[in-house]
Amino acid sequence: MKMDGGQALIRALELEGVDVMFGLPGGAILPVYDPIIDSSIRHVLVRHEQGAGHMAEGYAHATGRPGVAMVTSGPGATNIVTPLCDAHLDSVPMVVVTGQVPYAAIGTDAFQECDTTGITQSVTKHNFLVSKAQDIPRTIKEAFHIATTGRPGPVLVDIPKDIVDPDNPRSALEWTDDVEMDLPGYNPRTEVDSAAVAEAADLIRAAERPVLYVGGGILKARAAEALRELAELTGIHVVTTLMARGAFPDSHDLCLGMPGMHGNFTAVTAMQESDLLIALGARFDDRVTGRLDGFAQGARIIHVDIDAAELGKVRRPDVAILGDCRVAIEALVSDLTSGGVGGADRDAWRSRVSGWQERFPLSYEQAGAGDELKPQMVIERLRDATPDDTIVASGVGQHQMWASQYWSFEHPYTWINSGGLGTMGFSIPAAIGAKAGCPDKMVWAVDGDGCFQMTAQELVTATVEKIPIKVALLNNSYLGMVRQWQEMFYDERYSEVFLSKDVPDYKGWAESMGCVAMRVDSPEEVDAAIAKANEVDDRPVVIDFRVTATENVYPMVPAGASNSELVVPPSQQDQRR
Amino acid sequence: MNEQQGSSGPVRHHVPDYRYHTLVVTVENKSGVLARLAALFSRRGFNIESLAVAPTDDERFSRVTVVVDLESAPLEQIIKQLDKLINVVNIRELHPGHAVERELMIVTVAAGPDRRDELVEHLDRAGGKVLSVGADAMMLSLVGPPGRIDEFEELLGHFGIIELQRTGRVALANLDEDD
Repeated sequence: MKMDGGQALIRALELEGVDVMFGLPGGAILPVYDPIIDSSIRHVLVRHEQGAGHMAEGYAHATGRPGVAMVTSGPGATNIVTPLCDAHLDSVPMVVVTGQVPYAAIGTDAFQECDTTGITQSVTKHNFLVSKAQDIPRTIKEAFHIATTGRPGPVLVDIPKDIVDPDNPRSALEWTDDVEMDLPGYNPRTEVDSAAVAEAADLIRAAERPVLYVGGGILKARAAEALRELAELTGIHVVTTLMARGAFPDSHDLCLGMPGMHGNFTAVTAMQESDLLIALGARFDDRVTGRLDGFAQGARIIHVDIDAAELGKVRRPDVAILGDCRVAIEALVSDLTSGGVGGADRDAWRSRVSGWQERFPLSYEQAGAGDELKPQMVIERLRDATPDDTIVASGVGQHQMWASQYWSFEHPYTWINSGGLGTMGFSIPAAIGAKAGCPDKMVWAVDGDGCFQMTAQELVTATVEKIPIKVALLNNSYLGMVRQWQEMFYDERYSEVFLSKDVPDYKGWAESMGCVAMRVDSPEEVDAAIAKANEVDDRPVVIDFRVTATENVYPMVPAGASNSELVVPPSQQDQRR
Repeated sequence: MNEQQGSSGPVRHHVPDYRYHTLVVTVENKSGVLARLAALFSRRGFNIESLAVAPTDDERFSRVTVVVDLESAPLEQIIKQLDKLINVVNIRELHPGHAVERELMIVTVAAGPDRRDELVEHLDRAGGKVLSVGADAMMLSLVGPPGRIDEFEELLGHFGIIELQRTGRVALANLDEDD
């Protein structure tokens, strides 16, 4: 069948099962926007290309399907570099299509030309510059294959205008339904080595102080159920990293919560004191390990990862299992079922763990009468007033840590955040993407005032496109996490962290963007505002929670310190020696 | 092509071999692939001692012979990161002492009529060739293992090197080696 490149591109996206894409047109990508009118794919028109990228990420996080964004050349492409890098660090499957100047004009510094594949090389899993219209269907197929298999990640496809422009003879192609991929260098491995699995099972049988250290790879492998089976079969405690919140229910007896710089005492300390860390789809990130030479010194390591380069990158494993996490866990479960879970005595360990849980729970000082609102309390009330499959998308900073700490995640794919890159402004567009992918679920963005000002314009997108997300803005008038570091590590010398208490007027701003907006100043108003927000289903809602400015996130491992030097909240400091 | 990043001064001469390891990387013969390799080395802080690229007998692929500095990163991590590049089809490690390595040097040396005989004597002993003779200079070429080229280059220093170009090494595994 004769087609032009633009039609073929859209047809190829349809064949990949794309139901929604996020984007903003411009000169070079214009010809591809014409066939969108006749396509079954829903296009969400964003207000800034960064929003399109984060929406695609939020969609992918929530649905497990690759997110798709399309933008024009030059500034369109550079504006989406941050989301690409974000997706690269958090292994989010995403395909970004960028327009490019006509093939013959590449290299001439043409209008809105930039070296998109050069710029994005180090922030994508792979990228393509397509030179011929005939290559478009195959390249799109390859892009989705690469984005979604092995360790997932973002793939960019750069499309010169002439090969999609129906007025240009270079755009003509012969469409065939069965294009073959040509990726001789790409063979992601999923099956696991049974000898390594048997060795790992023996370590598990013998361990007296084992901990399951669970990372985002569990979610990418759709392995939450398998993980639960492994934990319950062996009775081993689970810590879920920032990228894995929800992979194991927080309410489960074996769940110790989040480890790391702002992890809870028991999760951090159990890892430190462990004799066997079973790392599943986790990458020993510096925010988890603290100072590396002081991290879990007595622990042997089983490391399961689908990316060979993660095995031994940071910490040398005693047993490395290369492959898909779900396949590996199922193999472990089968070995431990047939060969027994071993007779290691873990009573002493269990009582130490429960002792830590009793002495060092997550805690904050409740507000007294007339005090300002506490941000942690807002998270707790929101958690209690929403269905337990509510999707929470967070920005980056103090509010992100409080959301991760004080929410109770009971289901996988209910927590969406920017973990590796730490991208401020992530939450609103990510929440929109999640809601577009899961319209039947309630989606709350938990945001800070610094973050909100970076991407709030996408609330216009949410209103116009009727994607009714809800935003809990924890407004402390500061770049709060930086303020906390200046308080703790820079002698309270506050440099460029105060934003403003009253400017902008968040309620007025949100209303001007078509949202229902509220402002909450005191603890007594919190529940009513949340209840009202939960009733709105036809437009976005923003609640400006005016919270106290001086609250700090605890516990905290100071940067560069060992996890054994965890700082607990002031109220618990007497208990630490 | 020689490429060196992140260290000061020439490291090419008289470096102990154990610091370096040769990888033969088969890549897809597509535009931008060399840039991907170079960017990976730069981004991960891996130092390249030498890099040579040429097409193979199969036009779909090129072969890159890269000598990596193991002081900058462990070999295992370098190989694993290279393997993640979609366009990298195969990586073969050549252990020092288990491979035939060759490099080509072309050099213009200051040598008037009075010193030509002496220079040619050295050249013959090293197995090199005279490419061209000028009034006050000679252009020579030498093919050999990188260590022998280093030695000869140092010897030429006594005459005066006007211009010098080396290719970077290429390598093949010894016959009858496993793998």
